[in-house]
Amino acid sequence: MATVTIADDLTPLHHPKTWIGKYVWSLDHKVIAIQYSLTAIAIGLVALVLSALMRLQLGFPGTFDFIQPEQYLQYVTMHGMIMVVYLLTALLLGGFGNYLIPLMVGARDMVFPFVNMLSYWVYLLAVLVLVASFFVPGGPTGGGWTLYPPQTITEGTPGHQYGIVLMLVSLALFIVGFTMGGLNYVTTVLQARCKGMTMMRMPCSIWGIFVASIMALLAFPALFVAAIMMLFDRLAGTSFFMPAIVSMGQQLGHEGGSPILFQHLFWFFGHPEVYIVALPAFGIVSDLISVHARKNIFGYRMMVWAIVIIGALSFFVWAHHMYVSGMNPYFGYFFATSTLVIAIPTAIKVYNWLLTLWRGDIHLRVPLLFAIGFLFTFIHGGLTGLFLGNVSVDVPLSDTFFVVGHFHMVMGVSPILVIFGAIYHWFPLITGRMWNVTLGKLHFWITLLGVYSIFLPMHYLGFLGVPRRYYALGETAFIPASAHGANESITIAALIVAAAQTIFFANMIWSLFRGPRAGHNPWGAASLEWQTPDVPPAHGNWGPRLPVVYRWAYDYSVPGAARDFIPQNEPPADGERHHPT
Amino acid sequence: MAVAVIIALLVLGSIIFHLVSPWWQTPLASNWGSIDTALHVTLWICAIAFVALNLFLAWAIYRYRHRPGIVAHYEPENARLEKRLTLWTGIGIAGMLAPGLIAWHEYVTVPANASLVEATGQQWQWGFRFPGRDGVLGAANVRHITPENPFGLSPRDPHGRDDILIESADVRLPVDRPVKMLLRSKDVLHDFYVPQFRAKMDLVPGIVTYFWVTPTKRGTYEILCAELCGTGHHMMRGTVTVVSGAEFDAWLAEQPTYTELLADARDRATRLAGADISAVAPEGR
Repeated sequence: MATVTIADDLTPLHHPKTWIGKYVWSLDHKVIAIQYSLTAIAIGLVALVLSALMRLQLGFPGTFDFIQPEQYLQYVTMHGMIMVVYLLTALLLGGFGNYLIPLMVGARDMVFPFVNMLSYWVYLLAVLVLVASFFVPGGPTGGGWTLYPPQTITEGTPGHQYGIVLMLVSLALFIVGFTMGGLNYVTTVLQARCKGMTMMRMPCSIWGIFVASIMALLAFPALFVAAIMMLFDRLAGTSFFMPAIVSMGQQLGHEGGSPILFQHLFWFFGHPEVYIVALPAFGIVSDLISVHARKNIFGYRMMVWAIVIIGALSFFVWAHHMYVSGMNPYFGYFFATSTLVIAIPTAIKVYNWLLTLWRGDIHLRVPLLFAIGFLFTFIHGGLTGLFLGNVSVDVPLSDTFFVVGHFHMVMGVSPILVIFGAIYHWFPLITGRMWNVTLGKLHFWITLLGVYSIFLPMHYLGFLGVPRRYYALGETAFIPASAHGANESITIAALIVAAAQTIFFANMIWSLFRGPRAGHNPWGAASLEWQTPDVPPAHGNWGPRLPVVYRWAYDYSVPGAARDFIPQNEPPADGERHHPT
Repeated sequence: MAVAVIIALLVLGSIIFHLVSPWWQTPLASNWGSIDTALHVTLWICAIAFVALNLFLAWAIYRYRHRPGIVAHYEPENARLEKRLTLWTGIGIAGMLAPGLIAWHEYVTVPANASLVEATGQQWQWGFRFPGRDGVLGAANVRHITPENPFGLSPRDPHGRDDILIESADVRLPVDRPVKMLLRSKDVLHDFYVPQFRAKMDLVPGIVTYFWVTPTKRGTYEILCAELCGTGHHMMRGTVTVVSGAEFDAWLAEQPTYTELLADARDRATRLAGADISAVAPEGR
């Protein structure tokens, strides 16, 4: 076994000697994961407050004097951008990616620990620049999270002078930071797996994070160049996205640019981005369901291929966000077809999750409750996506509340339910403590029922034709008074859901110090991250010797086995049944 | 256990919500019944999938909840079942996509007899232009826009001379005649959206976009802007009144042409110039 000494050699690990080296300038993937997660959650809370403010205006227009159209649009814009990029992407890849990849593939750390640390600090800088935009004259940009030019950089839009510049700089920084992290995630999965951990033995979580990282490395550059080009338009007077226009009675000096070019670049990033968020969630939820139903994930190979196929196809569907953008209308045929085709591998994933539960031994613990919540909201959000992808059906629905309802269900609520489930699931590993079950269940029920009463009615307002991004509906003949009532009840539900998140934080903080000791592998999970010698895992993860893997991550309830799970690093017994992987 | 019951109740609640909620599409007032059909087909197929999948979820949770002594079934995969499910999904998808693409084909195929109307957008108001007697809209460019020439008509294009200019957000359209709406923005993105027509399309500065519609019901409908265009986005409203062909023709004949507006502007300019001189003269400038 002389050949594995490089991986087993502990000397390259720089064990930190000081508190600062251990928790601040840390090279340990687990600490970096926590840093990423806490930063993402902190900025996510800002976005949560913004959504509450926005709902106050929609539910009770005219009641709050400090919310003028400028502020409202700023809330909308910053809420969207923070949630999609700075919370979801950072938390799922920077947080869970960092924590889980080395532990689940049996590595001591990421292959480039220093670059990994740098990735976090650049991300933090991006967040700080973003936050700074709240304090510049004119405030943050209010151009919508899609940042469509020309309006984002012309008069009439809040933050068109300074806010937008900081937004674009922050996005560029985020992408620089992410690229460092993403290269690490991909390289670690490809190069640092322990002996026996073939690609087809990796847990679905790793497949989701791995494919999402590759996609992000390919998609974010489109946003990067769009941000740089718009910065030039704004600061240097170029005309990449700016045609000749008359803004507020003034002829501007731009000439010949194309606003639709920006939309293509934005959505070439923006659509894969949906799956960059969704695929890690798909992967993680597969593992949550499998562990707590004590059953292997059904159709593992199909699940892996579905992730890969969805990842690849998602680069060919971006213009379904642009059916009524004024692009060549004949593109509609192609993008509608590609969009509906992507529903097939997605549906297969849903079937396989359901079939994993079928004939299982379902332990309804809090992580699984969140996974079930995800199944419900994702089925809902996935199906409403078919309306919007189906080109002509999109025509009446685009830019209405149907769109708001759809994307919140599919890429807001669904991944966040998975994130909560994942935090409950891995909290005992990360901290060595258990959380309070009653508070966990309370948090789940208020959140699930609350979000459904927020977003289900929105779809119907959309059918009616209520447009999104409206500061106030005012007097509009086709909108009945009852729709205003719906807005009020949505706002109340939103405030309750927002307030209920304090239960989660209280539970986690209390448990961190006072929770009962979790012990080793409390869920009886087969995957490698629960098989570390120490709980929580120490720096270097595996003690003196790396683990050796003999089986896939899903040997649950194997007939003839002594327990209802067999850890991946347990050597095969004589005459044991083998899954082909 | 409770979660199985509540998932089933959420399915039931969603169906009830769909049936009793007062919010549904506004009554159709255009030819775009095919869009509504595609939407309804999509809704039905999706609704069946939603109910079936979630009830299966609820049933599986209930049926296979943990009880002492229960062991999960061991079955890594079932290729036959997976293939069959893929096939059925493909059929469902095709069933939705077909009416969707058929309606889209209609949407992008403008009838040859459609008359032209141009809607212009600027922050935050609508304007309209009809081609006049020659049936051709004159060339226009934002570089020509001045207070006297708000539509930016090219002074050199004779086709523009008889163009009829509506400097108000209220426009009329004839019933049962197909109209090709040409869309032009002077500043930022906008979107011409009449919920009762179902159709919509963005206005994009720098290019002319279009869609077509045949209004089929008389009445007054609101025009909304459906693409975020700044702080006044929610107030960028207009109305379209659908009237009989004869009423429409009479109304159109009363509206000013570009030539008339130019003449007016020249008169006003002359008067203003006179007024200016008398106003500043006493100060001795």
